Amino acid sequence: MADLTTEFLGIKSPNPFWLASAPPTDKEYNVRRAFEAGWGGVVWKTLGEDGPPIVNVNGPRYGAMWGADRRLLALNNIELITDRPLQTNLDEIARVKKDYPDRAVIVSLMVPCTEESWKAILPRVAETGCDGIELNFGCPHGMSERGMGAAVGQVPEYIEMVTRWCKENYDKPVIVKLTPNISDIRYPARAARAGGADAVSLINTVSSITSVNLDDFSPEPSIDGKGSHGGMCGPAVKPIALNMVAEISRDPETAGLPISGIGGVTTWRDAAEFMALGAGNVQVCTAAMTYGFKVVQEMISGLSDWMDKKGYASTAEFIGQAVPNVTDWQYLNLNYVTKAKIDQDKCIKCGRCYAACEDTSHQAIWMKEGRVFEVNDAECVACNLCVNVCPVEDCITMERMTAGSVDPRTGETVSDDYANWTTHPNNPGACAAE
Amino acid sequence: MAHSTRTPGIVAGRLSAEVLSENFADLHPPLDAHEAHVAADRCYFCHDAPCITACPTSIDIPLFIRQIATGTPLAAGKTILEQNILGGMCARVCPTETLCEEACVREIAEGKPVEIGRLQRFATDAVMAKGPQPFSRAAPTGKQVAVVGAGPAGLACAHRLAMHGHDVVVFEKRDKPGGLNEYGIASYKTVDDFARAEVDWLLGIGGIEIRYGQQLGRDETLDQLVADHDAVFLGMGKPGVHALPGFDLGGIRPAVDFIADLRQAGDLSSVPVGRNVVVIGGGMTAVDAAVQSKLLGAENVTIVYRRARGEMPASRFEQDLAAAKGVTLVFNAQPVAATGAGDVTGVSFEYTAQEAGKLAGTGETFDLPADQVLLAIGQTLENAPDGLARDGSALLADETHKTSLARVWAGGDCSAPGEDLTVTAVAQGRDAAEDIHQTLMG
Ligand SMILES: Cc1cc2nc3c(=O)[nH]c(=O)nc-3n(C[C@H](O)[C@H](O)[C@H](O)COP(=O)(O)OP(=O)(O)OC[C@H]3O[C@@H](n4cnc5c(N)ncnc54)[C@H](O)[C@@H]3O)c2cc1C
Ligand SMILES: Cc1cc2nc3c(=O)[nH]c(=O)nc-3n(C[C@H](O)[C@H](O)[C@H](O)COP(=O)(O)O)c2cc1C
Ligand code: SF4
Ligand code: SF4
Ligand code: SF4
Repeated sequence: MADLTTEFLGIKSPNPFWLASAPPTDKEYNVRRAFEAGWGGVVWKTLGEDGPPIVNVNGPRYGAMWGADRRLLALNNIELITDRPLQTNLDEIARVKKDYPDRAVIVSLMVPCTEESWKAILPRVAETGCDGIELNFGCPHGMSERGMGAAVGQVPEYIEMVTRWCKENYDKPVIVKLTPNISDIRYPARAARAGGADAVSLINTVSSITSVNLDDFSPEPSIDGKGSHGGMCGPAVKPIALNMVAEISRDPETAGLPISGIGGVTTWRDAAEFMALGAGNVQVCTAAMTYGFKVVQEMISGLSDWMDKKGYASTAEFIGQAVPNVTDWQYLNLNYVTKAKIDQDKCIKCGRCYAACEDTSHQAIWMKEGRVFEVNDAECVACNLCVNVCPVEDCITMERMTAGSVDPRTGETVSDDYANWTTHPNNPGACAAE
Repeated sequence: MAHSTRTPGIVAGRLSAEVLSENFADLHPPLDAHEAHVAADRCYFCHDAPCITACPTSIDIPLFIRQIATGTPLAAGKTILEQNILGGMCARVCPTETLCEEACVREIAEGKPVEIGRLQRFATDAVMAKGPQPFSRAAPTGKQVAVVGAGPAGLACAHRLAMHGHDVVVFEKRDKPGGLNEYGIASYKTVDDFARAEVDWLLGIGGIEIRYGQQLGRDETLDQLVADHDAVFLGMGKPGVHALPGFDLGGIRPAVDFIADLRQAGDLSSVPVGRNVVVIGGGMTAVDAAVQSKLLGAENVTIVYRRARGEMPASRFEQDLAAAKGVTLVFNAQPVAATGAGDVTGVSFEYTAQEAGKLAGTGETFDLPADQVLLAIGQTLENAPDGLARDGSALLADETHKTSLARVWAGGDCSAPGEDLTVTAVAQGRDAAEDIHQTLMG
């Protein structure tokens, strides 16, 4: 069985699966049980400054989006940071860390944007013996109205400033947690690096309204007939998170900056994908909130199974492997010509490919006598829509045309030279192919 | 309990009231809302869906299933009922395994079709629970149409005609509507007096008058109906039964009569059934008679069919249902004689084989003890008016359901080509109504 031990910022954990800062890591009781279940580390539920504890709503705080059979595709929450007294949390963190020296314990923080506030809390956090801190610049609701969370995360200058304060006043690793609610994730990541961050973690939740009650016209979750945008997480946000992780991984200004990948990690496979795009580990919230702590067992066995199959001895061997393959559109090979091909033995004749291609794509699928569906290569632009809508896995595949053959759609001979848009004759700005 | 499954002869009350009510509970219980969503989600929303083609009433199945999936069962119900006003009954009685569900691509792909029938029931139940039938009548046309028979064909025809603004008078020989929905279909397929409730609901459209106790050939003549109305639709089913020569001892009767008595009995523990029941035939009637005999408490029930299993008109699902309920199925055997004096005590059979394409006895025989014999060897037209061309044992009708007589249409079991299914009768009644409408207004 592959060794899942992962070192992130010098912090060792038995596996790369950490619980993200959220209800699963809200208190000692949860975290102890999470560690017993096998989680490699936790980022403690975000702590705020000392004083009267935070107040949460007393009505529902989660909304949801479901797929078939009420499978939870996304959660949305309007919960704030911890609503328990600071000292209680600090005492618990110290006790847990002492009892689980082999697990990562990171403390998430969010205090007002003044140096004194940070200076006041950092030494108290350090005393717990935790392995590092994570700066919550991501929470998109509630706290942002008070100038914290995403309100900081949306202004790169603030990120840099607060990160610097933390680096100056705290010895151990500082992770900056980023909000996806910005237009270009590279700017806050660069700011974090400029401020001296040891790593970034992303994504926090995506601002969202998951649904509207059509009887009383209140957004859900409804608090006495009113709703507030919340933060969305879970399987549905994974594609957003993966792209943002990749953007940071391949940005020359942040390349090499360690990343903790978060957002919709639900299975071992999701974790492997984040890591292939450069994340040193992953954090999980919704999957644990949906299925309980035990899900980590599938993540552990699945990842090590896959690593064994691929012959990877440690996670370091595949982390970042997909990064060089993420490129700009303009560099994609325009001589890569494929055609959809339908496996008649697998086809169950539902006709979805036909409806999709005929109504919304390129009229490249024939429906022949006896519901036989075939691709007309002379029209197929290889868009992949039919593959995506076909209910049978591997029934429609994209087959590459061999060099030298003629694409019946364009009448052109397929070449195996690499050629992209930058040199394409139709590109007014094409540079000479040299 | 006075009697048990082992009491000899034909007696009532072999099982307790509790066991009987369990035995005759809904064969396919309704889906609850969550189950319906899960079942609906399995539908692929096929292009030019094969299930629609396989439905004799061409219900837009992918559309109604999607309407269920998106939380609008009333809209789903309307999609169904626009095509098939008896969609509620069809959802319960259609042999979906040989119709829509057989054609479902998921049946082909994984042997587990989308549960179209149960979803159809979910949607139509929702509409019926909501209240009145959802269609309204067009402006009155002043035309009057006579419909003979208040079975599925006649009712579907009458409803569609009423929708188009015609006035309809239904002549029904019995004192209740519904035809075989009321008198024939197995009780566990249509519990809680659904057949009657559905007819009352259907008649809510207005413009349909049913005259009970009016039998064509006895109380009315076709000539008179034609003379008094703008058009006539014949939907009288096949009310007669084939007899088996020599099978006239006590305890021998047509299976349909046994079923009709059972369907009309208020109290199942009052329905007499034999200890050793032999059912002769191979269709749905044979299976229903056998299964219900067993459920009433008969000790041994055997269906004997003269051909091979593969040729049995009852679907494999029906055969398996019978087997699961404890009915013995015997294939390739034909009845030779009923034995007994006064009351039947047994039946002799001879095995059969196909010889040069023809069924013939092999000479080998066996006997089954029997105190009750139910004959399910087919129904016939009876008292059908003269002067109408026939196609075999049924009335000849063209693809628009016109008979050989002007202004007379026919549909359902009485007409050919027929499949003897509720849903086919509905389709033909509806299509005949459309053709009558075209003809009258054209
Ligand atoms: C036991 C049994 C079980 C069946 N099970 C199923 C099943 O599970 N699923 C399925 O799809 N199909 C089943 N069928 C077949 C189905 O019931 C028929 O195909 C369907 O009822 C035919 O409808 P119809 O309107 O043509 O005739 P019917 O339902 O027979 O209705 C004819 C009506 O006309 C009336 N009538 C007859 N003669 C006259 C007359 N001279 N004057 C006035 N009125 C008259 C009758 O009283 C009756 O009300 C079954 C049939 C039987 C016998
Ligand atoms: C109810 C709830 C509360 C959360 N609270 C916090 C928090 O206090 N601090 C924080 O940094 N992130 C918080 N998050 C965000 C999660 O840590 C995580 O970034 C996000 O849920 C995406 O991961 P997932 O898709 O695995 O859930 C919260 C999420 C949820 C669902
Ligand atoms: S790849 Fe696109 S164009 Fe080609 S057949 Fe499929 S849907 Fe049509
Ligand atoms: S979508 Fe797939 S299964 Fe359906 S007809 Fe097309 S190729 Fe066949
Ligand atoms: S064939 Fe099956 S999957 Fe396709 S539309 Fe019909 S019910 Fe749905």
